Amino acid sequence: MDADVVVVGAGVVGAALAYGVVKQGKSVIVLDGEDSDMRAARANFGLVWVQGKGANTPAYNLLSRQSSELWPKFIQDLTNAVQMPVDYARPGGLTFCLSEVEFNNRAALIQRIDNQRGDAETEMVERARLEKMLPAVRLGSEVVGASYCRLDGHVNPLQLLAALHRGIVTLGGTIIFRNSVESITPGRNGFRVSGPKGSYSAERVIVAAGLATPSLTNPLGLKIPLRSERGQLLVTERLEPILPIPGSGLRQTADGTVMIGATKEDATDRGVTVASARKLALRATRIVPALASARLVRQWSGFRVMPLDGSPIYAESQVHPGLFAVACHSGVTLAASHAATVVSSMLAGRLAEDLPAFSNGRFDVQKCA
Amino acid sequence: MMVWVNGVETPAWKGETVASVLLRVPDAGRTSPVSGNPRLPYCQMGVCFECLAIVDGIASTQGCLVPLRPGMRIESQRGPRRIFR
Repeated sequence: MDADVVVVGAGVVGAALAYGVVKQGKSVIVLDGEDSDMRAARANFGLVWVQGKGANTPAYNLLSRQSSELWPKFIQDLTNAVQMPVDYARPGGLTFCLSEVEFNNRAALIQRIDNQRGDAETEMVERARLEKMLPAVRLGSEVVGASYCRLDGHVNPLQLLAALHRGIVTLGGTIIFRNSVESITPGRNGFRVSGPKGSYSAERVIVAAGLATPSLTNPLGLKIPLRSERGQLLVTERLEPILPIPGSGLRQTADGTVMIGATKEDATDRGVTVASARKLALRATRIVPALASARLVRQWSGFRVMPLDGSPIYAESQVHPGLFAVACHSGVTLAASHAATVVSSMLAGRLAEDLPAFSNGRFDVQKCA
Repeated sequence: MMVWVNGVETPAWKGETVASVLLRVPDAGRTSPVSGNPRLPYCQMGVCFECLAIVDGIASTQGCLVPLRPGMRIESQRGPRRIFR
């Protein structure tokens, strides 16, 4: 065996899982694809977000919350190990509401999630209190209030990814970039994973290759139903600090830039559009009108890895135990749990028992019925 | 003509840009919002963004792209852009 575990994909999901594997003392080889692949981790907004998650899947809300609680220690351990800065803060998070209708709809959603959980992690905040929370900005006249979750935070996702890569290597793992996996072949004691740069044997394989995951696991009978959803973002020049609390479509980074996002589009083109820039800019300036004078320096698009019901997939093949697939659209929020509890469950052979709500079996309606 | 540079009336010539004024008036350049270091206009063609200044009240204006007009008010942009003044 070349390693205990081969992880396919060095995006934020694969890297967090591989980091978790080396932290547990196992050996890992991570195989990453091409620079020209879809690479969702490189287009991320940077939220470490709980509020609103899993309205239809209570287990997803619970997992998001658990990961959020693990995040501060996760990032501290990681940055200590790699001696690299990662900008992270957990001041809570806001989802702005620009009308009474938006406010009431948001309140109803939050209430539904709170009822499922039995406690209130998110509360509705009226405008007067919101103004006190954001003293440096003048809010647009349409801002009625927001939902505020004290557990939310934000991070620089590129620094996170770089730190995870260095963390894997520092703790003895190997990452081979530009080595797109072509095949996974089950054998007697494990699997053989092959790419253009070589072939690697391991007892277990975790496929976390984003939108490329189904093409690798479906042939082996591990069906992972995903769709891609394009999102576009805008980034402004560096501004004086004005937004101390990240919002779900508006956050100010530690560098001072303000990120405005994100669209949800059914498109495959990797370009950016004026239509989306207008839409994003319009919403941002309804929240903080003075942003209209800020210069935009960047617009990019990325493709969310979206399981069909929105909740993560953590699946182990029944035909080939030891072959795992992981797919989610919240790789940053879930990074802490990925590196800890998800990896533990996988290595202990308890994934189906520990995280049953996330198995891919839930998509097989016939079987469930 | 006369223009205002950080509140000081300053002689200038037709054909100059805001950037050329920043280059010849002492201590008038921007400071980097990243390092805080003093910066001066460089490319003179609108691609380097070192010539950012506050021109007639509008911040992050590229000085090399703005020809001077009599009475123009030029202020140095120090640090990150302010959108609430």
